[in-house]
Amino acid sequence: MRRTLFESLHRGTLTEPAPPHDTETAALVAELDRAALRRLGRSLAIRAVDAGSCNGCELEIIALGNVLYDLERFGLKLVASPRHADVLLVTGPMTRNMSAATRLAYEAMPAPKFVVAVGDCGRDGGVFAASPDCLGGTASVLPVTLTIPGCPPPPAMLLRGLIGLLG
Amino acid sequence: MVDAAGWRAAGASLAAGARVLVAVWATGDDAGSRVHLATRRPDGSDLAVIALRAEDGTYPSIGQYHPGAILMERALQDASGLRAEGLPDPRPWLDHERDFAFLPAEGEGLHRIPVGPIHAGTIEPGHFRFTVNGETIVRLEARLGYTRKGTLGLMQGSAPDAAVRLAGRVSGDSTVAYAWAFSRAVEAAREVAVPPRASALRGVMAELERLANHAGDFGAICNDAGFPLINAHAGALRETILRQADACFGHRLMMDRIVPGGVAADLAPVAAASLRAELPAWLGRFERLVELYGKTASLQDRVVGAGRLAPDLARRLGCGGYVGRAAGQDFDARRDAPYPPYDRHAPAVPSLSAGDVDARARIRIAEIRASAALIGDMLDALPEGGIRAALPESGGEAFGCALAEGFRGDIFAAVRLCGPVVADAFLRDPSWFLWPALEAAIEGNIVADFPLCNKSFNAAYSGCDL
Ligand code: SF4
Repeated sequence: MRRTLFESLHRGTLTEPAPPHDTETAALVAELDRAALRRLGRSLAIRAVDAGSCNGCELEIIALGNVLYDLERFGLKLVASPRHADVLLVTGPMTRNMSAATRLAYEAMPAPKFVVAVGDCGRDGGVFAASPDCLGGTASVLPVTLTIPGCPPPPAMLLRGLIGLLG
Repeated sequence: MVDAAGWRAAGASLAAGARVLVAVWATGDDAGSRVHLATRRPDGSDLAVIALRAEDGTYPSIGQYHPGAILMERALQDASGLRAEGLPDPRPWLDHERDFAFLPAEGEGLHRIPVGPIHAGTIEPGHFRFTVNGETIVRLEARLGYTRKGTLGLMQGSAPDAAVRLAGRVSGDSTVAYAWAFSRAVEAAREVAVPPRASALRGVMAELERLANHAGDFGAICNDAGFPLINAHAGALRETILRQADACFGHRLMMDRIVPGGVAADLAPVAAASLRAELPAWLGRFERLVELYGKTASLQDRVVGAGRLAPDLARRLGCGGYVGRAAGQDFDARRDAPYPPYDRHAPAVPSLSAGDVDARARIRIAEIRASAALIGDMLDALPEGGIRAALPESGGEAFGCALAEGFRGDIFAAVRLCGPVVADAFLRDPSWFLWPALEAAIEGNIVADFPLCNKSFNAAYSGCDL
């Protein structure tokens, strides 16, 4: 173990610089309730909820925590309880069977609270939009503040969107 | 097509261990409803499908002979409305509108812990009902269906090129293996030969998918045992593979790259050379983590003996993948039911019998080594030529089925084509056999070890919810 730790010290950090500011996300975020976001300051607690995803989006959200993206250095933290969360990060085409639990998670959050829809599924149901078992996108159940499309959106894109929320 | 007696005989041959259950599913059209049973020989050969007309909406349950079929038959009842006569556990599975009661567990000092469908971490949703005595789990029952998307229904009537995109989204972590299994089924139905270069590229993609998942999960298992250092390094290793996949095939998870007839995009020579050059160093970094894993007593203390699955139960449930191979089930579709390019590049298949968290982790370690070697060999011997054979525009009714070994185990795909479209399809995730195995393996463990045991199984939710 010592060898691994020493080598890590010598090699320097693997973490990459923050993604460049992009106008696309900036425009999306410009429409947000800035005043409410300002009250939350430079830090956001995020609760991820899988509303029926194929798990592809989850893989990329988990990747945000790896040492290369290191989500937490931006003041963004994935939390276990919706009661601790400012942001609900929702993936999947909102299956009928997950809609009640997703709504409960949102209701458990303290205000001000924001919903970010992730992936093409979160946007509008994606390839599952026509299914009778899906309600079609996060907005079918919750008020969505920001949408980060992609199938799945790569971590760099998720990061840009979430940093955009911080303003 | 068989009659009821033939169907029952097939169930009996599963119970006797003469055949291994691959899948049971139902289809229906104007001609009526049919149930289908796919089985193979224990050595992997002779994948065969029989069908039975379901008269009056019922058929004899396979689960009454072979418990490994019970979950699939519960799902089948919900999805098709057919009733499995004699099914030992007829409670609903996918349909959450119907009344549902968890299995009882009674006795002094027992209490229940309901968990989910939303879990603490960023994982898929499902409900776990624990019955515990003090710290010890006496019964676990998993209830899934939360991510039910009606994927198979969406495939009906769509062109194979559209259906394969859906197949690749049954379980995103296995998108390559699913697209491959489905494409192979279509190719079997239409008798299309895939160009050798396309087969080799499919192999490279599938092994990259295995590397990425095994590396990430190995880290996550250590993390759940309270050792995040390995997870930090393994996460970086996983990221390296995903970036290589992106550079080589244009998508980090390689979604929509395998299509019926071949692959959608060729491999850029520069990217291939960079992947080939990076592999040895990547493996070197991984071996350091393996050394750390084996030498850290506090970590070994958590993983050795935890969540033990007995080989006999693994056999009876039909567990494949690293769960089966860690518990004496020496089956790998790449070696035992080989398909190109594995006919020329046979993988080294590890097998252990301890059946605990440690054995499952060690199978993953061995498979990472084998996959890295395979990718090197495949890249070194990459055939020239085309990457996609044309599918006939239309054709009569045709059935095809296939197995493809994903990182979690063998995925089965069956498809019936009618003219230019998919009439119906079925995709069987390896997790159908892993969930009941997890329920059994967790008995007698403490609640605090559940995340660790669960991660070592890493059964898919979306893969079964369909
Ligand atoms: S957007 Fe794509 S990756 Fe994400 S859940 Fe939907 S199908 Fe899966």
